[in-house]
Amino acid sequence: MSELQLKDLYDGFRDPDVIKALAQTITNEAKQLKEPLKIMEVCGGHTHTIMKYGLKQLLPDNIDFIHGPGCPVCIMPKERIDHAIALAQIEDAILLTLGDMIRVPGSTSSLALERAKGRDIRALYSPLDAIKIALENPDKKVIFFAIGFETTTPMTAALLEQVEKQGITNLYFHINHVLVPPAVDAIMADGQAKINAFIGPAHVSVISGAKIYQPLPKMYHAPVVVSGFEPIDVLQSILMIVRQKNEDRCEMEIQYSRSVTLEGNTKAQEMIAKFMEPREHFRWRGIGDIPHSALGLREQYAAYDAENIFADILPTEPIDDHKLCICGTILKGLAKPNDCKVFGTACTPNNPMGSCMVSSEGACNAYYRYGEV
Amino acid sequence: MSNRKQIQLSHGGGGEETNSLIHDLFYHHFSNDVLLAAEDAAVLEVKNKIAFTTDSFTVSPIFFNGGNIGKLAIAGTVNDLAMMGAKPLYLSSSFMIEEGFPFDDLETIVKAMAEELKHSGAKIVCGDTKVVPKGAVDQIFINTSGIGEIEKEGISANNLQEGDVIIVSGDVGRHGAAILMEREGLGISGNLQSDCATLWPAVQALIDANVTISAMRDATRGGLSAVLNEWAEQSAVCLEIKEASIPVDEAVQGICELFGFEAFDFANEGTCILAVPPEDAQIAIDALQKIDVTKKATIIGQVSMKKEGKVILHSAYGSSRYLDLPKGELLPRIC
Amino acid sequence: MCLSIPSKVVEVDENNMATVDTMGIKRHVSLDLMADEINIGDYILIHVGFAMNKIDEEEALQSLEVYREMLEAMEEQERRQVIESDDNCDSRGTV
Repeated sequence: MSELQLKDLYDGFRDPDVIKALAQTITNEAKQLKEPLKIMEVCGGHTHTIMKYGLKQLLPDNIDFIHGPGCPVCIMPKERIDHAIALAQIEDAILLTLGDMIRVPGSTSSLALERAKGRDIRALYSPLDAIKIALENPDKKVIFFAIGFETTTPMTAALLEQVEKQGITNLYFHINHVLVPPAVDAIMADGQAKINAFIGPAHVSVISGAKIYQPLPKMYHAPVVVSGFEPIDVLQSILMIVRQKNEDRCEMEIQYSRSVTLEGNTKAQEMIAKFMEPREHFRWRGIGDIPHSALGLREQYAAYDAENIFADILPTEPIDDHKLCICGTILKGLAKPNDCKVFGTACTPNNPMGSCMVSSEGACNAYYRYGEV
Repeated sequence: MSNRKQIQLSHGGGGEETNSLIHDLFYHHFSNDVLLAAEDAAVLEVKNKIAFTTDSFTVSPIFFNGGNIGKLAIAGTVNDLAMMGAKPLYLSSSFMIEEGFPFDDLETIVKAMAEELKHSGAKIVCGDTKVVPKGAVDQIFINTSGIGEIEKEGISANNLQEGDVIIVSGDVGRHGAAILMEREGLGISGNLQSDCATLWPAVQALIDANVTISAMRDATRGGLSAVLNEWAEQSAVCLEIKEASIPVDEAVQGICELFGFEAFDFANEGTCILAVPPEDAQIAIDALQKIDVTKKATIIGQVSMKKEGKVILHSAYGSSRYLDLPKGELLPRIC
Repeated sequence: MCLSIPSKVVEVDENNMATVDTMGIKRHVSLDLMADEINIGDYILIHVGFAMNKIDEEEALQSLEVYREMLEAMEEQERRQVIESDDNCDSRGTV
């Protein structure tokens, strides 16, 4: 077997001839499906691949996608976004977060607007950059607003490890890390979205292992295929789902075998477990409270916990979305972005009414950027 | 304190220091009869219709891989004239310099401007120098205005016809990607160079080859996407583009992969796009490929009436999508 | 956020940081989440400045081989279809 080149890891999984061949094979084999396929792709990254490469156009009518809640910024209710704004408004604070949070609208403002007013708010490309900022500003309260699913959680844990090791005392954490399986359970418990197959988030399972999806096929009579993010990955995963259905199988399979194993990254898992534990309650936009679906800092790290230290300035009342915004319904898989009355008109990436339009993993953002002809 | 000579407020005061600066630096490097006449205004003569343009340059960082703010200030204005089919003739150049700016850096910038002027033969015939207190500008801002003599008329964003072929003169997105790479805080490095260059020789070659040009534009801010969308709207036509034919440098592709950008949203400063009637397409390509700055010219699509006002991107495997204007602040101060 | 890019390791330093190359663009990433040893030439997935895992080259090559075989099989099938339709052509053998 020849040696692998870096280019192969990109181009090899985007080859137009293979895409055409897979699309043709799926179309042929999908003729035997007993009922239409309603595949939920949980992860926003998969939604973007599907839209960017126009995969729906290559597939037969009896295969439909239901977009899932796999966008960690989109699922945060407005009151939690207001937390970020409140923290940024502290006199001697520097608020740090990952890029996507900056333009997300809270109830009356956004981090971008606050930054324009002169607040010190910075987007990081890596959580580790927070250390340099904390060391350079010893008299400031440097607060890291941490977001992300299981993929991004270990990086926050690694940052905590460094902060502890280096004895940094002016860096605080506001943890908003969330988990995929409880979210999927909540959507399926709702029962309205008639999902009969899943494309499983891959980079989540690079960390947590594909083992987290093992209960799903039996519980929901729906095959789960863990898919990579290139167009060939997604198409191959759909073919695997079609074959499972036609062969009356209902299993968890890994398509993304070059990066996903059953066990995952155990070192990352241990690091997360050291610093964080599941919260009793966490409100998800559109879905409501899902128990044990989000993480918080363990008690012994309360000294780093911004929710604890700055509790007196953090809003507690739940805030609903604008009544025309159907982000919540879209996150539950019950509507598509173009069903929304304000999609592309009052709600655009420059003037978002909800996070789904402005986040790089939001379904509305994907539909807006890659509008179908 | 630095040993390097610095520009002081007195250099902009109008007195002896100003005179020295103008003579020793600007007149020395931009030397020509009109400029050296040192009157209140340059007296010029042209035979035909003229094109007139202006641009201010605030790029940050001022020195980047493949050029600097000076090179950009010349190429940018000269290209705006070239894109109208006008031979670039006369430029003005105004400098707004922050006090304390290193003299050596100013000299490097001015030398680069003189060098860039040679590619079109244009001359700087008048100028102005202001020195402002610290913080009033960020290091240095340059404005250049330019006059060119029209040699080919009829080039306009309103002129695209059904059937016209769309040609791009080189790989896209290099300037924006190169600037992005130099920005602090991203922690990336590489050999990517801006495509900053004068396009007049390529336009001259097209004029000499008698190519009919419906529209022509250099793809600066907003990149290829912006130009194609402006044309689709102004001419009320549809531009159908083959995604696989858009040339993109590997390193630009790398940056796009890393940050989730699209190469056709990034700025260019030495790459242009043309729409020509189909019978002239091959002649245009042949003429462009003989010129160094446009040697990678290639056809990327065609004008149709499929969906007026829209740009459609066709993939290599049968799907299509709209290529819309880039949204939001992609990158501040890239030119 | 799930944006995670395969890159090639070109340098490893003693601070547990690696320099990686993505099509000519170089970056520094942390190896703090890696249990296994990472060597120059390895392909890793990067996410927000950290190496997330090592890509299994065997699996990647196998996947690419599967796609190659699929294309060959389709081409063979098309070739046969062309021959068959020619064999069954009504005008065959007539002048």
